[in-house]
Amino acid sequence: MFIVKYKKIFIGISITLVVLSLLSLFIFGLNIGIDFKGGALTEVVYKAERPEQDVLEKSLTALEFGSILLQPTGEKGYIIKTRDLNDSEHALLLETLSGDKKDALTEMSFNSIGPSVGLELTRKAILAVILISLAIICFIAFAFRKVSHLSAMGHHGVASWKYGIIAIITLLHDVVIPVGLFVMLSHYYGAEIDSLFVVAVLTILGLSVSDTIVIFDRIRENLRNQAGVSKINFSEIVGKSLEQSFIRSICTSLTVIIVLLVLFFFGPVSTRYFALMLTAGMFFGTYSSIFLASPLLVLTEEWQTRK
Amino acid sequence: MWKKFVLTLVILILGSGIAFFVYKSEPRLNKNFAIAGSFFKNHPFRLGLDLSGGTHLVYKADVSAVPAGQVSDSMNALRDVIERRINIFGVSEPVVQVQNGGLISGGEEQLIVDLPGVTDVKQAIDMIGQTPLLEFKTEASKDTPQNVTVDKDGKATLDLGSQFVATELTGRYLERATLEFDTNTREPKVSLQFDDVGTKLFAEITKNNVGKMVAIYLDGAPISTPVVREEIPNGQAVISGSFTPNEAKQLVGRLNSGALPVPISLLSTQTIGAILGDNAVNAGVKATIIGFLLVAVFLILLYRLPGLVATISLCIFISIILALFKLMPVTLTAAGIAGFIISIGIAVDANVLIFERVKEELRFGRSIADAVSAGFSRAWFSIRDSNISNFITALILFWFGTSLIKGFALTLGMGVIVSMFSAITVTRIFLSTLVFVGEGKVTRFLFGSGITK
Repeated sequence: MFIVKYKKIFIGISITLVVLSLLSLFIFGLNIGIDFKGGALTEVVYKAERPEQDVLEKSLTALEFGSILLQPTGEKGYIIKTRDLNDSEHALLLETLSGDKKDALTEMSFNSIGPSVGLELTRKAILAVILISLAIICFIAFAFRKVSHLSAMGHHGVASWKYGIIAIITLLHDVVIPVGLFVMLSHYYGAEIDSLFVVAVLTILGLSVSDTIVIFDRIRENLRNQAGVSKINFSEIVGKSLEQSFIRSICTSLTVIIVLLVLFFFGPVSTRYFALMLTAGMFFGTYSSIFLASPLLVLTEEWQTRK
Repeated sequence: MWKKFVLTLVILILGSGIAFFVYKSEPRLNKNFAIAGSFFKNHPFRLGLDLSGGTHLVYKADVSAVPAGQVSDSMNALRDVIERRINIFGVSEPVVQVQNGGLISGGEEQLIVDLPGVTDVKQAIDMIGQTPLLEFKTEASKDTPQNVTVDKDGKATLDLGSQFVATELTGRYLERATLEFDTNTREPKVSLQFDDVGTKLFAEITKNNVGKMVAIYLDGAPISTPVVREEIPNGQAVISGSFTPNEAKQLVGRLNSGALPVPISLLSTQTIGAILGDNAVNAGVKATIIGFLLVAVFLILLYRLPGLVATISLCIFISIILALFKLMPVTLTAAGIAGFIISIGIAVDANVLIFERVKEELRFGRSIADAVSAGFSRAWFSIRDSNISNFITALILFWFGTSLIKGFALTLGMGVIVSMFSAITVTRIFLSTLVFVGEGKVTRFLFGSGITK
């Protein structure tokens, strides 16, 4: 099986991607949205032509709302990012935007989040990440509880907990790469980290873990069938298991990737980045269960035997 | 044999029935919706604010003055009052929720108000803010330090606020207010009637403060500071400020619609215009239809007859989910639609697992019937495992999420559960009925597949 044969290359690709993602994370940093840090986002569309950006910027600065970010959107619209605004400040902003009612406009959306609400959401998000990670780790431990008797076969078996550790490493890989991708997106296209970003990360955890487990299950099933044979070649069995299951693994992920791509191209604007992140997560989740998890398993076994 | 055939038929009929219900209860799809039966009319999709347009407000409730045990009571009272206030303005299907302070939300008591269709934030805030906060305060004891501010001219002003201390008696315990006119002076006055708890509290306050002042505060400002002459046991009080008849009348109206039991302040606002919401709905519907079609094409190309069967059970899956959205009802948001679309992909991947196993078994030379039943039983563990991990995620997200995240978690979680039924039970029944078609070359071709051998 070529995947087992060239395992170091595939592991190398994964390591490169993870390192690149981490680098972009440290260089560009996270672009945290108003969901978490508080602030206001106003989107307006002008009935006729929209005013010049620098003219509008000047009159907005006069409002003294602190730093104001003005982004053109669509053909006639602007998105205005400010600190969180109360009722009268909001009215003042709209009045300024319309040039004291000179330029008619429609307010498409207004979103003002107080800092304490943002803090609350941050707390919730961190708690959810911790809980879901714990639950997934417990689930992995549960899924691999039965293999331990294989380690009784001497140095041929890989202990059950090592399967679990490799599953978790794969999982981290699946999460880090989409996050890195998102950081690039946020650097170049201004995407912000909002609650949907957190949901995407957590959903990737749930979606991608199953793929790895399916393949590991197959490996263990084949190992069990070989239990009577005196000398078993571990990497051969892994290769055989991969051969049996990689098409299936790709097909199951493909159905989810199809709908996610559709969601990205045709779905609502508000879930666009969300769909893209999930697509990336699903793609790398499938990639890693075939090209990372099993090679890692073989590598572990080789190290064990060498000792 | 007959049994299976009948069962297949029953499922098909039930499935079409559910699909018919979903279709019939959708105003956009029926021209004569106005004359449709009330059962259909009462079950449209419930759209969240980001789809229907509207205003989402988060208030912080200041419960520092409320005794610890009664916080949730007064929060519920606050919710009722605001609900009543909104109902007066005829907003359709407003949602007012209390979010209890706890470890997660950082100990703040919050009130979340969703107003579909209201896109004027100012109007919305006014609608809620107009409710008066009525408080009764008693004189502070003599040794309480008093705030006196001395201005430039040397004039000293006594801060009235430090002179009085809050009591438990607030507008929350008001049963009704009525407008009266003094028989002698013809001055308008507002007479208050407390409920049982309020009567007791008021009796206690008046008993303990005979000869002292009791201040009546409205929206944080004292409007009347009468001196108590004797204990008042019947729960009746009169506010006689210097009202004009009109002011008094307005006050009565506001008091009767409910005074706020605790003060609130606005934390965050979100408004979504109707156009943006419409666009999101159209995009969501489009994505669902295209997603479904592509998945169906994928299944039929790859798995032929079983693929077609899986597509039919996917139709049943979609009908059941949509019907549940209507009947429960689930408030749909853009994120919720995303969860639903993803669940379409997940619903099918169980079938893919099964069919790949079936093909494998066929390759070993088994008969179709054997291969199908072996495929189902062998794939079961993988299906269970992958669904468990998704379900764990959905469950925890639902537990901790804001309304946006909850919408996603709910639709995804429902999708996972229903898909277990549709992809496994329904597909299995259909396939095992079809198996009896025969074992000829054609059947074997139909159970084979185009791409993978």
